[in-house]
Amino acid sequence: MRKPVTKPEQKRKKSKFGDIWRRLKKNKAAMISLFIITLIILVAVFADIIAPYPYEQQDYSATYVSPSLQHPLGTDKLGRDTFSRLIYGTRQSIQLGIVAIAISTTIGITIGAIAGYYGGWTDNLVMRGLDIYQSIPMFLLCVTLAALMGPSLKNAIIAIGISMVPIPARMMRASILSVREMEYIEAAKAINAKNLRIILKHIIPNAISPLIVSTTMSIGMNILAGAQLSFIGLGAQPPLPEWGTMISDARNVMRDHGELALYPGVCIMITVLAFNLLGDGLRDALDPRLKN
Amino acid sequence: MADNILEIHELAVEYHTDEAVIHAVNGVYLNVRQGETIGLVGETGAGKTTVARSIMRILQTPPAKFRGGSIFFQGQDIMTLSEKQMRKIRGDKIAMIFQDPMTALNPIERVGYQIAEAIALHDKVTRAESEKRACDMLETVGIPAGRYKEFPHQFSGGMKQRVVIAMALACNPILLLADEPTTALDVTIQAQVLDMMHSLKEKLGTSVVMITHDLGIVAEICDSVAVVYAGEIVEYGTAEHIFDHPAHPYTVGLFNSLPKLDSTEPRLKPIKGLMPDPTSLPQGCKFYERCPDASEACSAGVPAAVEVSPGHQVKCFLTGVNS
Amino acid sequence: MPALLEVKHLKKYFKTGGGLLHAVDDITFTLEKGRTLGVVGESGCGKTTLGRIILHLLDLTDGQILFEGKDISNPSKKELVKAREQMQIIFQDPYSSLNPRMSVSETIMEPLILQGKLTKDEIMEETGNLMDIVGLAERFKNSYPHELDGGRRQRIGVARALALNPKFIVCDEPVSALDVSIQAQIINLMLDLQEERGLAYMFVTHDLSVVKYISDDIMVMYLGQMVEKAPSDELFSHPMHPYTQALLSAIPVPNIHNKKQRIIMQGELTSPINPKPGCRFMDRCRYASPECSEPQVLEEPLPNHFVACCKSNQKEEEEK
Repeated sequence: MRKPVTKPEQKRKKSKFGDIWRRLKKNKAAMISLFIITLIILVAVFADIIAPYPYEQQDYSATYVSPSLQHPLGTDKLGRDTFSRLIYGTRQSIQLGIVAIAISTTIGITIGAIAGYYGGWTDNLVMRGLDIYQSIPMFLLCVTLAALMGPSLKNAIIAIGISMVPIPARMMRASILSVREMEYIEAAKAINAKNLRIILKHIIPNAISPLIVSTTMSIGMNILAGAQLSFIGLGAQPPLPEWGTMISDARNVMRDHGELALYPGVCIMITVLAFNLLGDGLRDALDPRLKN
Repeated sequence: MADNILEIHELAVEYHTDEAVIHAVNGVYLNVRQGETIGLVGETGAGKTTVARSIMRILQTPPAKFRGGSIFFQGQDIMTLSEKQMRKIRGDKIAMIFQDPMTALNPIERVGYQIAEAIALHDKVTRAESEKRACDMLETVGIPAGRYKEFPHQFSGGMKQRVVIAMALACNPILLLADEPTTALDVTIQAQVLDMMHSLKEKLGTSVVMITHDLGIVAEICDSVAVVYAGEIVEYGTAEHIFDHPAHPYTVGLFNSLPKLDSTEPRLKPIKGLMPDPTSLPQGCKFYERCPDASEACSAGVPAAVEVSPGHQVKCFLTGVNS
Repeated sequence: MPALLEVKHLKKYFKTGGGLLHAVDDITFTLEKGRTLGVVGESGCGKTTLGRIILHLLDLTDGQILFEGKDISNPSKKELVKAREQMQIIFQDPYSSLNPRMSVSETIMEPLILQGKLTKDEIMEETGNLMDIVGLAERFKNSYPHELDGGRRQRIGVARALALNPKFIVCDEPVSALDVSIQAQIINLMLDLQEERGLAYMFVTHDLSVVKYISDDIMVMYLGQMVEKAPSDELFSHPMHPYTQALLSAIPVPNIHNKKQRIIMQGELTSPINPKPGCRFMDRCRYASPECSEPQVLEEPLPNHFVACCKSNQKEEEEK
């Protein structure tokens, strides 16, 4: 009977994630997406090594060059290598997606958990606040915030993060409301568990899976929002390449050199799609009851 | 044989999931006569509901898969009918009542209209006629016709189940499949609903397949009983046969595990163990692992149905030995 | 020596849009060590709420709860922690009463961890003992609830309730979600535990044959009120309240030769919101007369047999 406490514990933890992983592996779309996302992150991290040219290196003798061995995707109006700029652009987009989601999720979960668990007037106050907040169009809010703080990538990230807060907050609250009524919460109270323990150990683990899914999907949305901000000049500032900025730059020469808008467009699409499909797969994998 | 309105031969149904194949129904034989009420008794997961859903042909395929067998309804093999022909039978000649009355009614439609709609859909009568018949139907199940225009949420659970029954019976079906119709109700309401079903049956002559886990309900309203275990009918006979001379060890075990109102025994006698896992059923008799009298022969082969007395069939090697 | 549990004039009202919902209205009873009180009634009669209030999972509106003579009606935090170690609950639904993200052993050891009296090794050992006591094989230690069947899940619930070695357990329909053959296993387990540990049970259920089997005394509730309370055999052989009579006659008995005459009640349960002062069963009662609209008094016409019906004496005489 007496075994070291840690041993079974480690085994259990492993099997818990192993279970989710096993189910996720069966979903082909999710696995391909995961592969693409990993690839994108690797590209972002090792951009210096992969990119053939620095992103700001200009060559006025070779503007709008067609794809060749030297420039696999050609060059833009300043003779910068499009392929290199796409690769460096990955960094900005991934940063946008992930840091903004971290901001909105952290604030959102806290607000939603408080509103959902305590209920009553706390809940009312928080929810009416969110109602007012959400009556402002989200993108307009983003633009206003970004403009107030001044155009830069960092400010764009903060602006997106803040304006997205209501989504995880509402989701967390709804999820907690349904878990709060379960009998095992009453059972936990009956064995003298304190509020904080009930929230952390019994409510959040059971309420978190819809949130993980929506968070994954929101990363895609944030990348889009970031591209939009950059497109209107409120995001990454030149010469820093960002996919949205690149589309914006290509706007004037759309008729003659449409491919310059196409490349970053396709990049955005693939990235967003990958995050969405991964979110879909996670939803199925995280819920053991959906198995059959 | 001629008066059998439903004959099921060796029905076998499987569910295919990612991980395994669930053998839900394994060779069920069942006959239902005109005007008969037959109780399908068994525990959760025994395959009772799957049988009923197969008769209605409303199983989701996949994951469900018919592996064999045939279902004859009024001499017609249901399995060979097209979906279009099946729609004519469903609701019109065979009706089904589900366990949960809350989900069977459309919450935003007045209850009377829902019944009238069911009538109009099958009998091609005028609107006034269908409304009149819907009112009659409400009265028949003991709801004042004045509540015709109310919504489901204005009805209590027992009333809703009555409405569901009224809807099912509105087109005078020949066969009614009732899947645990009173499980969600309180005892006093259950008594009302059972009483009502009993008198309706006498009045309309409908055959009923009553799916339940409650032997008390079976005793109340069933003429014959089929005991289901692990997707097989292990014992079949008239209610008298089953209640007075239960022959299969599982049936005996079921009776013993019930607390009796006049019992003085200090403990109940449960059946040991659990239902076998339907993804890997044992080789021989499916009950032998839990059977108090099991012998080696039981694990070796599947027992065939033996007629212990006229109309009373038992699937057990021991029946001949014991009696 | 004071009784294990004494409940006096317990009331719980909920505020709703339509008015005050009298969920539990003036309930009084006493429960001794090692005894079982069955509480029966239809859905919405307040039987579940009653159990929750005694454990302080819900606050009471009015009344008194005494545990071993100590008033725990409005306990301080410290008193509540202490009281709950003595009183536990087993829930109806073995699916929603277990945290799906916690393994069997995690669930059973949680009360011990929270109590904080034992070392880690002792907790592990005690968890093993508890699993043994309720008949869960050790190999299920790291299983998750969704991998187990209803009977085993309910055994986890029983083990969790036993962990702190309580003296009193509220059993809220612990077997209604289980199949008969499994139901018998769990009932036997609970009876064994009662015998070994001298537990007192409050057994809340709507299944009358189970309650007869397991209880010493039975209390019948209707719309928040206690209408009748008597020793189990006495109640079944001599039901005095018209509601009890109707309830008992409604049980389907698995015997085809003994078809009882049913008393079919008219109508449905009325609402417990802003009830009138008189007998709450009046509208459905076949003996109802004008004096029933007066408040009903709980009387004790026979020793230990309580009934709240102004007609009960009269009827007895009529029958004689």
